[in-house]
Amino acid sequence: MTNRKNFDVIIVGAGSVGVPTAMALGEQGVKALVLDKMPSPGQGENKRAIGGIRATHSDPAKILTCLRSLEIFSSWKELHGDDIEWLKGGYTFPVYREVDEKALKSILPIQKKFGLNIEFVGPEAIAEVVPGINRDGLRGGTFSPDDGSASPLRSSNAFYKKAVQSGIEFRFKENVEKIVLNNRSVAGVITDKGEYRSEVVVDAAGPYSRTLCRSAGVDIPVTPDSHEAAISEPVKPFFTCMVVDLRPGPNSKNYYFYQNKLGQVVFCITPDPVIVGTDKRETSRFLPQVGARMVNLLPKLKNLRVRRVWRGLYPMSPDGSPLVGWNRDVKGLLHATGMCGQGFMLGPGVGELVARTITGKTTENDRIILEAFSPYRSFGGEEALK
Amino acid sequence: MEKRITKHPILEIPRRKEVEFTWNGENLVGYEGETIASSLVANGINVFGHHAKDGSPQSIFCANGQCSQCLVMANGLPVKSCMTRLEPGMAVESIEGLPDLPEDDSVPLLREPPVREVEVLIIGGGPAGLSAAVELGKRGIDTLLVDDKSRLGGKLVLQTHKFFGSVEDSHAGTRGFEIARILEQELSRLSSVEIWLNATAVGVFSDGIVGIVKDKIYRKIIPLKLLVASGAREKMLSFPGNTLPGVYGAGAFQTLVNRDLVRASEKILVVGGGNVGLIAGYHAIQAGIGVVALVEALPQVGGYRVHADKLRRLGVPIYTGHTVVSASGRERVESVTIAQLDKDWRVMPGTYKTFEVDTVLIAVGLAEVNEFYLKAREWGMDAYAAGDAREIAEASAAMFTGKIEGLKIARSLGLYEGEIPKSWKEKEIVLKSKPGPSVKREKPKSEDGVMPIFHCYQEVPCNPCASVCPEGAIKMEGDEIMGLPYMVEQGMCKGCLNCVFVCPGLAVTLVDYRNDSEHPTVTLPYEIWREKVEIGEKIPLTDEEGAVLGYYPVEKVITNRKKYPGTLLIQVRVEKNIAKEVAGIWVQEKQVEPSLVYEKELPPDEAIICRCERVTAGEIRAAIRGGVRDMNQLKALTRAGMGACGSKTCRPMILRIFEEEGIDLSEVTDRTDRPLFVEVPLGVLAGMRMADKK
Repeated sequence: MTNRKNFDVIIVGAGSVGVPTAMALGEQGVKALVLDKMPSPGQGENKRAIGGIRATHSDPAKILTCLRSLEIFSSWKELHGDDIEWLKGGYTFPVYREVDEKALKSILPIQKKFGLNIEFVGPEAIAEVVPGINRDGLRGGTFSPDDGSASPLRSSNAFYKKAVQSGIEFRFKENVEKIVLNNRSVAGVITDKGEYRSEVVVDAAGPYSRTLCRSAGVDIPVTPDSHEAAISEPVKPFFTCMVVDLRPGPNSKNYYFYQNKLGQVVFCITPDPVIVGTDKRETSRFLPQVGARMVNLLPKLKNLRVRRVWRGLYPMSPDGSPLVGWNRDVKGLLHATGMCGQGFMLGPGVGELVARTITGKTTENDRIILEAFSPYRSFGGEEALK
Repeated sequence: MEKRITKHPILEIPRRKEVEFTWNGENLVGYEGETIASSLVANGINVFGHHAKDGSPQSIFCANGQCSQCLVMANGLPVKSCMTRLEPGMAVESIEGLPDLPEDDSVPLLREPPVREVEVLIIGGGPAGLSAAVELGKRGIDTLLVDDKSRLGGKLVLQTHKFFGSVEDSHAGTRGFEIARILEQELSRLSSVEIWLNATAVGVFSDGIVGIVKDKIYRKIIPLKLLVASGAREKMLSFPGNTLPGVYGAGAFQTLVNRDLVRASEKILVVGGGNVGLIAGYHAIQAGIGVVALVEALPQVGGYRVHADKLRRLGVPIYTGHTVVSASGRERVESVTIAQLDKDWRVMPGTYKTFEVDTVLIAVGLAEVNEFYLKAREWGMDAYAAGDAREIAEASAAMFTGKIEGLKIARSLGLYEGEIPKSWKEKEIVLKSKPGPSVKREKPKSEDGVMPIFHCYQEVPCNPCASVCPEGAIKMEGDEIMGLPYMVEQGMCKGCLNCVFVCPGLAVTLVDYRNDSEHPTVTLPYEIWREKVEIGEKIPLTDEEGAVLGYYPVEKVITNRKKYPGTLLIQVRVEKNIAKEVAGIWVQEKQVEPSLVYEKELPPDEAIICRCERVTAGEIRAAIRGGVRDMNQLKALTRAGMGACGSKTCRPMILRIFEEEGIDLSEVTDRTDRPLFVEVPLGVLAGMRMADKK
């Protein structure tokens, strides 16, 4: 094929991870190319994220990564000017069951140890941040005020703009069909439109990572499943934090919702059993199912009008944590995938981590994170707040 | 000026029950059961709130439940005022910025949404949906027809004029609202068809389920076959001032005036010379509303010439080769400026004309309401579309596509064995055909006896005059419905007047030389105010083009309420040299002269493209110039298309800006549409029963 171009790094996927990674590489002067089959940035699963950003996790690696993401999101407007609709609204996990209270309290020490601003508070305090919440059986819950939300649509475009300004090249509507190897080392990629050379390929393909990596003879444990979400009309702000209800319900696990900076309530539910696959077509099950639970928890929402629904994919790993790190069998293949539905909030932190991994400038904290996110870990545990 | 229409030349004024309600605390009176929007407009209230983004006034716009611009608070809940009916004692308030959710913390009782399986679900009870339902009903097929209005007929109920087409196939010569009644009666005899009124289809999902909200209860319908007959929505134009209250679609205007009998305006300017604009102008005059001008960008009007001629004869100037430049006003339209276009569609400086009006009607074409159809097809459902939802055309053509699709569905269910009648397909094609060019025709030479004069110079699908002539004296050229009418032979006409009564274009007059060959009697059709044509009153008669020929006393007024309700025949005696020229009665005697000064020129990029999110043409243009070719990215950057209406209004205007910027639309990725197509309260979706609330 003619017209081969050489790049220091090729990133496959201009989404939650690919765009911030490109931005971080651009800051370090790395010549990178980002390829995506969609027509513009963030059009895969990124825009299907509901916009919550929290460092409230149980795993130190995720806490550390998201604390950095939070810094990037929260300071973006001040530093770069674009309004990405950041709102420091906090996260709350109200609890109605002893089992949830115990679980949340048990992880508080580690959360605090790694710098998370979080407390377990009583029902009064929960009702203060979520006015009108159903008090019947409410035991209290956690509140982490420094978490927040931003618009995935606006964020990915802001990150994209920054990456382009620092010299990163993006090619859209171009599907990577194959990672080209040269004697177990990455040599480049072949797309439906051409061929590009690079000794480093970042797999930021999210739900399509497994298919991508197979082209290099590598199997990674990333399996997509799907979740539906919806957004309401805008109304005057009456609560700002993300509310996560951990209780199970009919055919569902937890669900969560928040009111964004524009006044729209955005919400999502975790189906039980999981719906494995890449089907992104909206179903009639979702709204009545999540609606019944939401109006019970916060009855005021019954009069809120729902505007639109969508369905997106979670690239799931076996234990609910991302896969970030070099492949040991194929030299030059760097995984940054399996974000398990948290790509938006992890993305900016992961992007910098990936950039430092490529440029060899990893820090002490990075090494903790990379060990936890290692594609070669045992996958035995499970994240408590996945 | 009285805002209620208390007399109308065509429509009956029903007796309605007055109810009290409040608007921002002030006591007002409306009619029970009418929409809140109509009550407000009838009380002289044109601003329903102010937009959260820029504080600009908002008001009724689509009058069809689509755009959400008319949102008000009713008893504490935000509702579309054009779709919500007034209840006694209702507290209605404007929405200033974002609405407040009501402080109601009671946990609602919930029930699973009821599920209903049907063989055929029809969305939309207009001409297409009703005609399809009749075909299905005749074959005993289990059919559910849903319509979001309180009355069947769709846009037929707004049409006070007589329909074109053929008498035998599509009720030509009958007024639109009467056709709705006829179809409804036909349907009421067919027991396998169930009708749900006030039932809004809100979304279609990949599991083959259509969500319907009826009586504030969310219901899931599982149809074997889905027919989408949801009609059309009006296209909007981009010009500064285009969101001012008083700028709205011609259909919305007809809804207020003809359905709800509200005199929404005093003086209007119509933009668009297609049939919709021409007819809306005519309807305005029937309702006692002045029409200062009709503006059309093309060198000639695109609608039927007979419709344009009717307007001209009533005294409405038609400006071809002109466009609207801006609308101005503080809280509503106070004036509108038009200008001439050059051959490259650019505004010619110095050709500005500014009219003082309170309303600008936009009638620049219709777009298919086809989101249900496209989505259902995408989901792999066995979906069909008929009427405007399939292809924009006349209502008479919609009745045929409805019949055809109905029969296709019956066949796919194995309940009809034959083919679709070929004649139906042919008629559908004829009925949706565009009018031909205007031709010159000589008037008959003869000056004795009695004869019809056809002021009809353009091929349109129409033949009632030939159908009603008892003598067989009128035929269509080539025996085709598209042909022009002619009199077979002098002397065959006996002067029965049926052709004058029936002509939908009001384009037949009768000249009778038998009593006085020097001063023949001319009979003219007339559908405006009765008191203007009292016997003995001198009325201004016009020629075909609308030029006044002189004032002549009314000799006689003839009616035939049973066969031709609404039409008056006016008889005058005139000199024989003008008898065949007389074609109309000048009604709008006072013409509004425009000012030629355009005081504050407004840049076209100030025009609002996305009304929901108040996104300007300038913002969209800047994004496109910045390289955006994906409508979804445009949405992310500007929020255009993210509002309540789901890009129903802005999408065509955005595509036009791409074209203006020289971008081939094949490079542009279209936006993704998703359910819901209409906003629904979460509690309703969850299965809340409103009655349980109390």
